[in-house]
Amino acid sequence: MKAVITVIGKDMVGILAKVSNVCADVNANIMEVTQSVLQDYFAMVMLIDMEKMSTSVAELETRLTENAAGMKIHVMHEDIFNSMHRI
Amino acid sequence: MLNMADIMETISMIQDENLDIRTVTMGVSLLDCADADIDRSCGKVFSKITARAENLVSVCESIENKYGIPIVNKRISVTPVAMLAGVSGGDPVRYALALERAAAEVGVNFIGGYSALVHKGFSPGDVALIETLPRALGETERVCGSVNIGSTRSGINMDAVRIMGGIVKKTAEATADRQCIGAAKLVVFCNAVEDNPFMAGAFHGSGEPDCVINVGVSGPGAVRAALEELSDEADFTQVAETIKKTAFKVTRMGQLVGSEAAAALGFPFGIVDLSLAPTPAIGDSVASVLEEIGLSQTGACGTTAALALLNDAVKKGGVMASSSVGGLSGAFIPVSEDAGMIAAAESGSLTLEKLEAMTAVCSVGLDMIVIPGDTAPEVISGLIADEAAIGMVNGKTTAVRVIPAVGKNVGEYLDFGGLLGRGPVMAINGGSPAKMIGRGGKIPAPMHSLRN
Repeated sequence: MKAVITVIGKDMVGILAKVSNVCADVNANIMEVTQSVLQDYFAMVMLIDMEKMSTSVAELETRLTENAAGMKIHVMHEDIFNSMHRI
Repeated sequence: MLNMADIMETISMIQDENLDIRTVTMGVSLLDCADADIDRSCGKVFSKITARAENLVSVCESIENKYGIPIVNKRISVTPVAMLAGVSGGDPVRYALALERAAAEVGVNFIGGYSALVHKGFSPGDVALIETLPRALGETERVCGSVNIGSTRSGINMDAVRIMGGIVKKTAEATADRQCIGAAKLVVFCNAVEDNPFMAGAFHGSGEPDCVINVGVSGPGAVRAALEELSDEADFTQVAETIKKTAFKVTRMGQLVGSEAAAALGFPFGIVDLSLAPTPAIGDSVASVLEEIGLSQTGACGTTAALALLNDAVKKGGVMASSSVGGLSGAFIPVSEDAGMIAAAESGSLTLEKLEAMTAVCSVGLDMIVIPGDTAPEVISGLIADEAAIGMVNGKTTAVRVIPAVGKNVGEYLDFGGLLGRGPVMAINGGSPAKMIGRGGKIPAPMHSLRN
């Protein structure tokens, strides 16, 4: 069971740290991270393993949003992307 | 790893373009609830629905959280109540009240199936049910009704057409103090389908399993946004291709959610209805898709052709994405639920006559159209007959859901709120078809060779 975390917003110091801290707190293992900064715009996609995660997807999204104020954060099960973009 | 562009596309479809699962509808057969005693029958109906749908809402909510996709409506469709009323006798409104109680108990916002299928003739249960439609829809909030008055194989039951003109009007009058909402919960069909998950026309056909999960997806906003990316010079092959690709993605999402919901609830998965169903939200509009294809406003010459292309491309994309496509599948054109349609009707670009032409190529029919309150019942019957003829001859589902706005005329509005939206009263041809409607009998089924 894997999920995709996406973080979009204005670039600032420590976004990756804040997000990964929350992941560590809930025991979600980070598998892969892709991030880019275009002008002042920060975009990150993170793949996490939820196998031993201590909370629900919705709860994780709430905690992330609280911790990284001002960023648009979404957490979605990877199946949704697999089914929409792969035949 | 997943492609970043794909991930961002999915997120913007959901966040910015109003892509959602429009409805997860549980179909429940009530045939085993039929009892010669109406009290016992209503009791069984309530128990069966509340038992089957007990976890429907909570399961849907957990799927919403897991995938981050909104499931806007959770609904139930049941066996046409006319069949039960035929067995038990008595006042069919009691079934409507039992359905209302069951819907409230399990937390769904609509329950469909206060219905009768009379395309070839009436049984006593059908007659009783049709007569009580105004009361049943007036006394309940969640119950939806439908009547099938014609089919390609059997022709059009013109006696039923005559009766339904009056029933539509009475249903509006019974709810005159609530924006005539009763008529918005009543659909008159030709070629009704048994597995439609969309209200108000959903019912659970007799060929369906005991309990089944059907899903309706939406996404006109996502289609419009994809078309916006195309250059103005892109030809129609590219337009069709873009719509197909978007419909594919949307339907895959529906398939995923539907099969997941069915597995979690322990019932078979029925179909994905891959309809483009608009909402009053800005941008979530079928009219704006047509305008993106290249019309100054919906209703302009070219509208029917653009809609035909859209409807067909949606089906082609969707069929590839799911092996169990069913329901109404195509592009809906409800007026009051679509900001672009409302604007086109207000400016005079979109008329009832143009809408009728559009229904020959869209997925259903004349939908959520507000007409003047003083429209004569036989004029409504004439409208139903025209629409049924289009469906019968073309072998497609057509329907009429018009709302006579009691005490109001062209230029005024009915405001239903929520997903049902807000509709301007549209002009209707006042010429009288009274003699034709008064004839009764049946319009014979069309022949199937020499098609032109």
